[in-house]
Amino acid sequence: MRTIHETMGGKNSVGSSDDPSRNSNALFFAGLDIGSTATKAAIIEGTSKEVIAVAETSTGWAPKKAAQKALEEVLSQLASPTAVISRTVATGYGRNMASGADKRVTEISCHALGAKHLVPDAMTVLDIGGQDSKLIALDDHGNVRDFLMNDKCAAGTGRFISNMATALGIDLDEFGVLASSGTPAPISSMCAVFAESEVIGLTASGTSREDLAAGIVMSIAKRLTSLAGRIPLTPNIAFTGGTARNAELANCFSKALNVQLTAPPLAPFAGAIGAALIAAK
Amino acid sequence: MNYASIDKLTTRAEKNPLEVAEAKENGQKVFGFYCLYSPVEVALAAGGIAVTLCGTRNDPIPAAEKTLPRNLCPLIKSSFGFAIEDTCPYFKAADLIVADSTCDGKKKMFEQMAEIKPLHLMYLPHNQELDVTGPFWEGEVIRFKERVEQECGIEITDDMLREAIQLTNRESAALKGLMDLNQQSPAPISGMKMLEIVFKAGFFADKQESIEHLEAIIDEVGNAPKEKTQQGPRVIISGVPMGLGSHKVCQLIEDAGGVVVAFENCTGYKKTMKVDTDKAPVTALAEKYLATPCSIMSPNPGRIKLLDTMITDFAADAVVDLTWQACHTYNVEAENIRKFVQGEKNMPYLHIETDYSDADTEQLRVRIEAFLEMIG
Repeated sequence: MRTIHETMGGKNSVGSSDDPSRNSNALFFAGLDIGSTATKAAIIEGTSKEVIAVAETSTGWAPKKAAQKALEEVLSQLASPTAVISRTVATGYGRNMASGADKRVTEISCHALGAKHLVPDAMTVLDIGGQDSKLIALDDHGNVRDFLMNDKCAAGTGRFISNMATALGIDLDEFGVLASSGTPAPISSMCAVFAESEVIGLTASGTSREDLAAGIVMSIAKRLTSLAGRIPLTPNIAFTGGTARNAELANCFSKALNVQLTAPPLAPFAGAIGAALIAAK
Repeated sequence: MNYASIDKLTTRAEKNPLEVAEAKENGQKVFGFYCLYSPVEVALAAGGIAVTLCGTRNDPIPAAEKTLPRNLCPLIKSSFGFAIEDTCPYFKAADLIVADSTCDGKKKMFEQMAEIKPLHLMYLPHNQELDVTGPFWEGEVIRFKERVEQECGIEITDDMLREAIQLTNRESAALKGLMDLNQQSPAPISGMKMLEIVFKAGFFADKQESIEHLEAIIDEVGNAPKEKTQQGPRVIISGVPMGLGSHKVCQLIEDAGGVVVAFENCTGYKKTMKVDTDKAPVTALAEKYLATPCSIMSPNPGRIKLLDTMITDFAADAVVDLTWQACHTYNVEAENIRKFVQGEKNMPYLHIETDYSDADTEQLRVRIEAFLEMIG
């Protein structure tokens, strides 16, 4: 379970005397993003809209339990034991399973608001999640102008990357490092399943893991490029979702897509933060 | 709100298969139609019954996939599945199937269907403006008329056609009156209910009767006290035909809080066009039917014109463009519609490509909910 300390490298106010949750007049709002792979929770303070706590747990087979766990963990980070959440908004594919939520909003609207909050001059959001990827065009206020989803196919999603990492015998963090130092080996299969066979074949014939990892990133970038036909990659582009957590991987995508991507430190929590912002409205 | 006249139509519609079977026993000829390009007046003029044949359910599709490719429009597979499984009472009762060479998939499927039942294929030109297409299509209407004359053993005169045209014009007017009820705000009839009414009205053996039902609904709903309730975003569904069984997208939009105020498709508003009674009947029929703005026409300016008018008349907030998987014409045309709706009308637009199955319900739900959130 990651806390905001770990994510922000210790650079925030939770626990310190500046902690807004010590202020008894402060109002707190929570956002829950129940994704296919991970469940994320975020708490914001109502007036400043500052993100004061985040938590993450794996969704597994029990989204309801994961939601409860994430909420409990994020609450426990508030300095004041009597701090109470005024309103909770749930999002993500499991949003209808969060029994305590006051409202349910799609992850598209939440990612848009959350990304704008984290990257104030963002005009586009690219989110590569566990089992889908999204491209969202924003207006000046972080509202959704248009969007495109790829959710019918694993190619171009986090699932593809994690399958490939497993096939290469490495974890996600190593994957990013390897990909940055490789020259993309061309992977021709459009299908995630067939691409995996192709990669195993290429490994057997001696292609380095660096080149394969780079090739996999390029493969995903190609898929995203066709998505971007209708929603142009207008700068500034916020890169959110679990995949954006890894700085090397984010850089790889920037290079492969030939655009500048901004992956904020709280990238995986964009959805939960957006949900919390909606709760605060 | 419950309207007695609507309940009456939907209940009465249950007896339709029996009525068609009875009429057949009494010697009437039954003509089965699939498409809005076919002039039903020709069959009616000859004293026949014109029934709409079904293609809106998922169940018959596995049977169809035995001889048709899987990668084919669900509407085509569904229609064919009903035919080979013999599960559509109207197909069963039909003496002649009337088909149009609209799209690639349909015209090739009809080759296989012709082995099951006598089938007359009308060859549709895919353009509405060239000098040759009008006369060519008129020739096809005449060829169809000759086939019906042969089937019924009578001659179809201009007067008989005029009488049939009078009836169908009344029906078009009644359908228009019904659908126009939703120009009100709030719209008095939900999209799902409207779909049910229009769908079931198409299965009546006796057009006179269905017209009376429709007129009763217009009367009751039109005169009902205007409710002051708040309604969600007003959505027009444009694109491919849909019906009971393939109503998934309409249902999802309304589940998510939107209201489908109109259908710019062959299930809905395209049924409201009139036949010109000032012209010679065969010419007038050919003209009216050729003008149907389906995406199989190239170009298809009529669709944008119709959508433009409907957006204004129904005070729409957004357009959802529905394409069945493997329907290439509507799929490619979606880009034109997007440019028109987003660019010229500055209005939210969502393109959905799907089939009849429930498999992608959740994915569609997210897109539709996000779309409605976007409209606010």
